[in-house]
Amino acid sequence: MLHDISRRQFLRGAGIGAGGTAIAALGFGGAEEAQAQAVRPYKLARTTETRNTCPYCSVACGVILYSLGDNSKNATPAVIHVEGDPDHPTNRGTLCPKGSALLDFIHSETRLKEPRYRGPGERDFRTISWDEALTRIARLMKDDRDKNFIATNKDGVTVNRWTTTGFLAASATTNETAFLTYKTVRSTGILAFDNQARV
Amino acid sequence: MTNSWTDIKNTDLVIIMGGNAAEAHPCGFKWVTEAKANRGAKLIVVDPRFTRSASVADFYAPIRQGTDIAFLMGVIRYLIENDKIQHDYVKAFTNVSYIVKEGFSYQDGLFSGYDEAKRDYDRSSWEYEVGPDGFVTVDETLQHPRCVFQLLKQHVAQYTPELVERICGTPKDKYLTICEMISECSARDKTMTSMYALGWTQHSKGSQNIRGMAMIQLLLGNIGVRGGGMNALRGHSNIQGLTDLGLMSNLIPGYLTLATDKEVDFNAYMSTRGFKPLRPNQMSYWQNYRKFMVSFLKAMYGKAATPENDFAFDWLPKLDVPAYDMLRIFELMHQGKVNGYFCQGFNPLLSLANRNKNAEALAKLKFLVVMDPLETETARFWKDEGVFNDVKPEDIQTEVFELPTSCFAEDEGALVNSGRWLQWHWPAAAPPGQAKHDTWIMANIFLRLQDLYRKEGGAFPDPILNVHWPYRDPADPKADELAKEMNGYVVSTVTDPLDPTKIVLEKGKQVDTFGQLRDDGSTACGCWIYSGCFTEKGNMMARRDTSDPGDTGAYANWAFSWPANRRILYNRASADINGQPWDPTRRLISWNGERWTGFDVPDIAPTAKPQDVGPFIMNPEGTARLFTRGMMRDGPFPVHYEPFESPVANLVAPKIRGNPAARIFKEDMAALGTSDKFPYAATSYRLTEHFHFWTKHVWVNAVLQPEFFVEISHELAAEKNITAGGWVKVSSSRGEVHAKAVVTKRIKPLICDGKTVHVVGIPLHWGFTGAARKGFGPNSLTPFVGDANIETPEFKAFLVNVEPSNGPAVA
Amino acid sequence: MAGLQSQDFARISATTFRPPDVRHDFEVAKLIDVSKCIGCKACQAACLEWNNLKEEVGINTGVYDNPHDLTPNTWTLMRFTEWDNPDTGNLEWLIRKDGCMHCADPGCLKACPAPGAIVQYNNGIVDFVSENCIGCGYCVKGCPFNIPRISQADNKAYKCTLCSDRVAVGQAPACAKACPTGAIVFGTKAAMIEHANGRITDLKSRGFANAGLYDPPGVGGTHVMYVLHHNDQPQLYANLPKDPVISPVVELWKGVTKYAGLAALGFAATFAFVHATIARRNEVSRAEDREAEHLIDEEAAHGRQGQ
Repeated sequence: MLHDISRRQFLRGAGIGAGGTAIAALGFGGAEEAQAQAVRPYKLARTTETRNTCPYCSVACGVILYSLGDNSKNATPAVIHVEGDPDHPTNRGTLCPKGSALLDFIHSETRLKEPRYRGPGERDFRTISWDEALTRIARLMKDDRDKNFIATNKDGVTVNRWTTTGFLAASATTNETAFLTYKTVRSTGILAFDNQARV
Repeated sequence: MTNSWTDIKNTDLVIIMGGNAAEAHPCGFKWVTEAKANRGAKLIVVDPRFTRSASVADFYAPIRQGTDIAFLMGVIRYLIENDKIQHDYVKAFTNVSYIVKEGFSYQDGLFSGYDEAKRDYDRSSWEYEVGPDGFVTVDETLQHPRCVFQLLKQHVAQYTPELVERICGTPKDKYLTICEMISECSARDKTMTSMYALGWTQHSKGSQNIRGMAMIQLLLGNIGVRGGGMNALRGHSNIQGLTDLGLMSNLIPGYLTLATDKEVDFNAYMSTRGFKPLRPNQMSYWQNYRKFMVSFLKAMYGKAATPENDFAFDWLPKLDVPAYDMLRIFELMHQGKVNGYFCQGFNPLLSLANRNKNAEALAKLKFLVVMDPLETETARFWKDEGVFNDVKPEDIQTEVFELPTSCFAEDEGALVNSGRWLQWHWPAAAPPGQAKHDTWIMANIFLRLQDLYRKEGGAFPDPILNVHWPYRDPADPKADELAKEMNGYVVSTVTDPLDPTKIVLEKGKQVDTFGQLRDDGSTACGCWIYSGCFTEKGNMMARRDTSDPGDTGAYANWAFSWPANRRILYNRASADINGQPWDPTRRLISWNGERWTGFDVPDIAPTAKPQDVGPFIMNPEGTARLFTRGMMRDGPFPVHYEPFESPVANLVAPKIRGNPAARIFKEDMAALGTSDKFPYAATSYRLTEHFHFWTKHVWVNAVLQPEFFVEISHELAAEKNITAGGWVKVSSSRGEVHAKAVVTKRIKPLICDGKTVHVVGIPLHWGFTGAARKGFGPNSLTPFVGDANIETPEFKAFLVNVEPSNGPAVA
Repeated sequence: MAGLQSQDFARISATTFRPPDVRHDFEVAKLIDVSKCIGCKACQAACLEWNNLKEEVGINTGVYDNPHDLTPNTWTLMRFTEWDNPDTGNLEWLIRKDGCMHCADPGCLKACPAPGAIVQYNNGIVDFVSENCIGCGYCVKGCPFNIPRISQADNKAYKCTLCSDRVAVGQAPACAKACPTGAIVFGTKAAMIEHANGRITDLKSRGFANAGLYDPPGVGGTHVMYVLHHNDQPQLYANLPKDPVISPVVELWKGVTKYAGLAALGFAATFAFVHATIARRNEVSRAEDREAEHLIDEEAAHGRQGQ
């Protein structure tokens, strides 16, 4: 299931050899030599395919991530190409201009690669460790919650709410992330909880 | 979406109004081109701009932004006047014949019960008349002056084609052509599909825009049928999922709701939920509410949720206001009442209305935590970027954390598409550098907080200490574990009460469906509507069977569709009162004398007789509502109100500014502009080359649409001496931006009630991070006003001025 | 042409050699249905990504077209035209995907003086073989559609390959695969003509009386074809030529001057010639070069045939 490759197995396993039938079919009969000379080598002949879903709009097109490396222990996979999944009922292999350029999202120069921190009044970010960041965040949360948690309202009704800290959830994370986020946020009593449904 | 993307191929007429599917959802739009090419379907586009959707339409008509309700109520008037109604459908499946209580009224733009000081209604008069048997009284002849049909007819009477033209600026002949094309779909064998998006939601009366079209679709008999439906084209890849999972201030997963302060305990809470049927034999599915709620609490608190403590119901926070939506949160932040804030993959500095207010609000926080795969403007709200973010960092005391997350290519899990399909995906690589999965980050923040409470004690630690945390690696919960929790599982073995040796539900097993959930604590379920997604048979969301029997576009064995793998909601309504399809060539489900059979999972019990049980099972009536009872805050029927900032007066109710029940705070009311200073009607939108504020980080998309611009007509350009490709300054009463001018024939001045209205189009997508050129966004200009029902900001209709400029003053 | 089976080629630039006409399977074609195109630029994105091309981030000049023209890295481009139809009074937004037409009778190939720099396969694809290209720019002048572009980086000509690497393994070009609405389809030329006929019937039923297939005979037909709503006025679509033909000057150049020039060097010295030319930027034939350019420019100044 994990790397369900179905009918495009030939690209990966059998590679160009199996593709030869198609070559003949499209008028390149016996053209392997020609290909070697004039035609650029087919760049996906030795990649690993992974099924994924485009992260942008809610059409949720199926995409195939082509990566270098076969997930063996000493090979670090890197996505080298993204294309539509022809099996997907909705997009049937097509992708829009955003989906077609997903590779450049994955490898964007402005992707974040390390936790950063900016202190009060500072003009720039600096790198910090995960441990430092998470420990500090938990402390800030606890101090604010302890100070501002409302256990009962003025009528004595148990309300157990915390309104001085809020949480905006994304709109492109998985259900699984969302559910874990829900559990953690609600268990603290946060009410100022919203997502990107509106904007 | 009530239907699915692939179902659109079954339609005869597509109306795109309140959206721009070709640009915002190109690959979904393919099913429109398929319907056109294979069924001869027609496409209508109604939009202030001639969009890329309009470029392939059979018929286009312009409309002034924010006037859709006048247009839609006018269509209803046309349908009634020309008797273009699918009578059998309407009679069987809507509340058209129900009698409304005495005391309900509508006059001069207001319904009965309005309280001007509160900007709210007492909605008690918007109710049915209930007979001694406890059921709603009906008049099948539709003659009773208080029956829904007569009230509706009276309500829409004023929206004549002439008035529609005066309000909307849509030429009457074009408008009537559209009315005629729509009306043809009242035939049993013709269906229309409505495709809409933020063009309808981002108004102070967004919910009523959508209701307006839903009412038309009901009158035409187009809900529940193949090629029909109300199809909300949702923006983000999992906004459907996040909403399903209740990541909103007032929700619990599966559209359950948090208690308010008035609901002092579990019994009081349950007393206003779990509706009794309002008509004989109806399912009124919310009667099962308690099962879903208790199962949720078991998933949330595990062993700590017991019958004795009402399953820890009190541990959930209660609401003192209807909602802590984003507008309210930022208003409170602006007042200095919020100290900490988390943004998980969200860029509110550019996304939320009124950027200046957002920036001021964020600067009052003690701490801000941003989790994102990309650099965001929000994480840098304190950073001096010259004209693009003109702030003094030394004056801003907020501590800011920027935490790097994985992106889709490195994630495993499910996303829910517009058509409610839960589709699983797999990671192809590890996150770059030190980036981590969101699940790891949330778990590690939480475990540290829990640890602090364990060591130090503090304010009511019980829910934090007792949250159910059954993961193999507590610091790194995995997608399959979380998915199984959402699906639901058996906590303690349940036996048959008649035969205790017979096991009905076995402890530790996944449930198959929400039908198995119980209200005694023996089942746990994170999100009842997702039940069936990960059963003992495995991960149903990962299914990849492309077979499609009957070529219906349902793809029943591809992934999983909530609820219960149903592909078209209200599919019972695809067949007549005797269970036979309205259009035999487009059968979806039908009654074979004993049970329902066909291509989809029926809404109602498979053996429920067609004459008995209505398709709209979540409504206690079993029917759909042309009149909404007390459910909508701003009225049981839609009314035309002008946007809060409008170039013209409201012709229907001249005294009312905006939607009288819309969300607006005092200070924001004062910041509204008027047409003497800001004469042009502006609207904001997405372009097909970009996705929100993400793709400016993507090199290829930056190439395809590199720089911020606004679109204006040749007429306005000539009037203001603006040249194509030149700089303009666009200002509102809240801010200004500099943009390149695209001068186009695709925007034409509208004539509204004799006045020329110029439309200014302002796309979003630009900021001060990423590969594209630095620029601004429409939220530097837009008002801080929200829809009456769901607080969506009014991004689609506001006032601006436009002047030639020398461009932003870049140092 | 070491290593190349002559039977795979229909034509090879700057050679008198005609491949034996034995292997003539069927021809491929890409059909662009302008009436289905939503101008989303997915084809542009897919082309850049598939071919690993990096274009510059430009500016907005008051239109949606970005980049503003074809470049050595932008092999395909959406061109947007806003047209008021005088017959209906309706605005039409005509959006055409521009790029190499893969002419059956390719002007670029005929104009090319570098042996083997431009080849035409039996399936109809016209491909540039960079290692043989001398960067002279004659292909640009020879093209009736103004498609090839010379790179400043390596002084070689570039254009759409019709994804010959994908077609070679039985896949559609990247643009065709990506196209969300199926406005771009790919298959045998015969199948594409049949598909086009179905589309034309549909368009006529929707009031486009002059809908038709653009497969201009002046260049022997093309392996990239358009379905146009207004096939009687192709020039509406960002100046798509009505009756494109190869300039007679190119025909002349091909017939006499080019081979005369090459013959002087001797066919065996072809590779030396190529190397020399690359190194010294056409010094050998500078005079002829100027002459030919002059003639072609003159021709261009008179406008394309039939326009």
